[in-house]
Amino acid sequence: MLELSINGGAYESRAEVGKTLLEVLRDELGLTGTKLACGEGHCGACTVLLDGAPALSCITLAHTVGTRDVTTIEGLRDHPLVGAFVRADALQCGFCTPGQIVSAVALVEANPSPSRDEIRHRMAGNICRCGAYPRIEEAILAWRG
Amino acid sequence: MARLIKTEKEVEGRYEETWVVVEEDVLDQWPAGPLEVVGRDAERIDGLERARGEALYTADLKLPGMLHAAVLRSPYARAHVKRIDLEPALAAPGVRAVAGPGDVHVLTDSPGYPGQAVAAVAAETFHQAREAVKLIDVEWDVLEPLLDPEEAIARGELVEEPRRYERGDLERGLAEADVVVEAEYRTQTLLHNSMETHQSICRWHGDGKLDVYISTQFIWGVRDSVASQLGLNPDDVRVVCEFMGGGFGSKNGPGDYTYIGAELAKRSGRPVKCALTRREENTATGNRNATIQRLVAGAKADGTLTALGGDYVNAVGWAGFSPMTGGPMQYLYACDNVRVVEHGAKLNTPPNAAFRAPGFVEGTFGLECILDELAAKLGVDPLELRRLNYADDDADGRSYSSKNLAECYRLAEPHWARRDDVHARSEGQWKRGIGLASQVWFGGGGPPSYAWVRIGADGRATVVTAMQDIGTGSRTAMAQIAAEELGLPLDRVDVVLGDSARGPYASISAGSSTIPSMGPAVRSAAADAGRQLLEIAAQRYDKEQRVLSLKGGNVVSQDGGSWPLAGLCELLGDGQILGSGARGPNPTGMRILTFGVQVAEVAVDVETGEVRVERVAAIHDVGRIVNPLGARSQVEGGIVQAIGHTLSEDRLIDPQTGIVLTQTLDAYRMPTIADVPEIVAEFVDEPDKHLTNLGSKGLGEPPIIPTAAAIANAIRDATGADVRSVPVTREEMLRALREARVGAIPA
Repeated sequence: MLELSINGGAYESRAEVGKTLLEVLRDELGLTGTKLACGEGHCGACTVLLDGAPALSCITLAHTVGTRDVTTIEGLRDHPLVGAFVRADALQCGFCTPGQIVSAVALVEANPSPSRDEIRHRMAGNICRCGAYPRIEEAILAWRG
Repeated sequence: MARLIKTEKEVEGRYEETWVVVEEDVLDQWPAGPLEVVGRDAERIDGLERARGEALYTADLKLPGMLHAAVLRSPYARAHVKRIDLEPALAAPGVRAVAGPGDVHVLTDSPGYPGQAVAAVAAETFHQAREAVKLIDVEWDVLEPLLDPEEAIARGELVEEPRRYERGDLERGLAEADVVVEAEYRTQTLLHNSMETHQSICRWHGDGKLDVYISTQFIWGVRDSVASQLGLNPDDVRVVCEFMGGGFGSKNGPGDYTYIGAELAKRSGRPVKCALTRREENTATGNRNATIQRLVAGAKADGTLTALGGDYVNAVGWAGFSPMTGGPMQYLYACDNVRVVEHGAKLNTPPNAAFRAPGFVEGTFGLECILDELAAKLGVDPLELRRLNYADDDADGRSYSSKNLAECYRLAEPHWARRDDVHARSEGQWKRGIGLASQVWFGGGGPPSYAWVRIGADGRATVVTAMQDIGTGSRTAMAQIAAEELGLPLDRVDVVLGDSARGPYASISAGSSTIPSMGPAVRSAAADAGRQLLEIAAQRYDKEQRVLSLKGGNVVSQDGGSWPLAGLCELLGDGQILGSGARGPNPTGMRILTFGVQVAEVAVDVETGEVRVERVAAIHDVGRIVNPLGARSQVEGGIVQAIGHTLSEDRLIDPQTGIVLTQTLDAYRMPTIADVPEIVAEFVDEPDKHLTNLGSKGLGEPPIIPTAAAIANAIRDATGADVRSVPVTREEMLRALREARVGAIPA
């Protein structure tokens, strides 16, 4: 039995060895806010936090998570960044957005006043095909409202 | 009143004449400019749901008992299946159904491109299905693929007959010219790569009816195609798409995955999800085809265009359509002598699919680059050359329903005037320059499209229509339009969409048509509901109906009386006001087009060939702007995608085998946040007075059209080098620089 700490709660999973954290989150626990878009660690749509650091859940094996706290978009729904993204119109189709917000949370928790260059560096792993980037930058600059 | 008319319908540049039942459009247009809700910035009404990860996309849906499909796709560009054994797959753990060539029309034993579907498996988990696919035993006869588009044209391998357009006499026009430029331009194959891959879930009911949950741009098109292919009544197919993760033109139809899912669901008696992987997405779901453009342009010494000629090769692929790559040359300028010929090469490469202004993105690159080459030879300012050859009416005898390109040019002046400053910022090996390009495209939408508006005792209005919001913000725009008509604040309007069984017919979300097709229908439905509210109000408050109107959430009388609408609606109890509306006809005999201009600033490192786009100013004319905030986002997104098209994206194939080499997102390089320049988006925002009760055209495609040419022209301005091929990789940039003999480039 695999024990996981997710969004402050304890979960038990019967996931076989080889399952990814993304599969456990989405398929077993129904936490579908974390998206599967490439499955190979190239796009950032599956980003979650492990002890506060961004991680790509589609290439993270569930059995390697150990005692680290997993935070998904479901655990960040009331974070001010969510409202900041909506106000800035920082999303279009929205499929990459939870991953963008999770990455942005890690960024602002480490540095509450990031510069444009820091945002561009730290967010470059999250692809948005709709191209909402200018507004994502604005949302993160103005995240505290 | 409903009437039957014969009308021309246009989707992405393809016209067809059809009979359409339309209803009269009796509402006068609103005045131009910002109103109470329409014309003002609105946050997306579904923004929180999407941002919080609560919105359920097709990818997130799980039906009870649902199986997962995996598809065996041809590893060869052209092959024949000599023998296939599906039994080992059927016996594999978790497998509940298999299908092979001929079992469904989309499974073939003679694949014509790498990635074409051959067989499929449904199992309890996707992992099991994928493992079982590996067990399918196939003996292949590998055949020589045809990969060169020019060879295909020479051999007569075409997807359709060549399209010819001609006005005047090209040879005469060239003879009259003082200056002639001839050049060949090339554009590459590009992949849509929507973040949500193509996918659907099929579920059969005992009575032979089928539910299809699908990530689609056209709920009703999927319904009709699936019903027709499977021999069902259209209403026996229910199509659902509440949230979808991008399409860009690639999700207009059911796709092979839906037919595969339907067949496997039938065989297993279980719902089946067929979700493509990112690698399948990059091989089997369509692309923007590569082009070769041989162009000629001639002008008098004063800059008057006398001749424009284009011979276009569209490298279409195994199937698909030959886009209007010559469209911009046909439509953009007043020129008496124009000849366009478009060939669509049939190849053993994956089929093309509409991709955000198909043809016009590619064709505008060639046309607007050769115009700047011509301007340089003539010694005429590029903006001036475009103004000199302004088309006041359509060369084929139609008048424009509206055209404000001249105003776009005027608004571009301050951006164009930055030229000297931009040049002055050149420093060492970094050369800076500025370039512009014009845009023409369709985007008028059309009938039929319908909407309902329901108002209940809570005083809220709900728009009901079976359209889809593919991420453009159309859900929000519809709420704004209904709110405006009903005099309600935006937060008292809901929109229910995405289900063919629970709303009326709605148009495709492609061809920049959602707002111009659906918006007028929603306004008409809201007006119908509003009229009924006023009928009740007239009786309740003892007023003549003609003195009453709806404003700011109140019923307002011309004599000064005002009553909260909520109070009136309370009288409804369990009753409801039901309004219905339809999209009226397009103006007959008119050309409905969108226009714009973009000005790009670039920096080029003449030693390494690196190109950085530093600023793009975009001015577009798409009639009335419903949501300026969403419109700016749409423009920015189009420009970001265009920068990828211009500098980094390239679907590569192995030139011998035809295998797609760029199947993953590290190999197919899309822009990231670090690649984005400063973007300025402006609009003419003048309602098209001939077009519907709204005066709005579509904005999905226009912003992606002129960017590549504007960047290439800025590169020429910066370096003197003619870039004639995209993507402008460092190799291409260095080649162009060498050709222009500028910069200290080692041989």
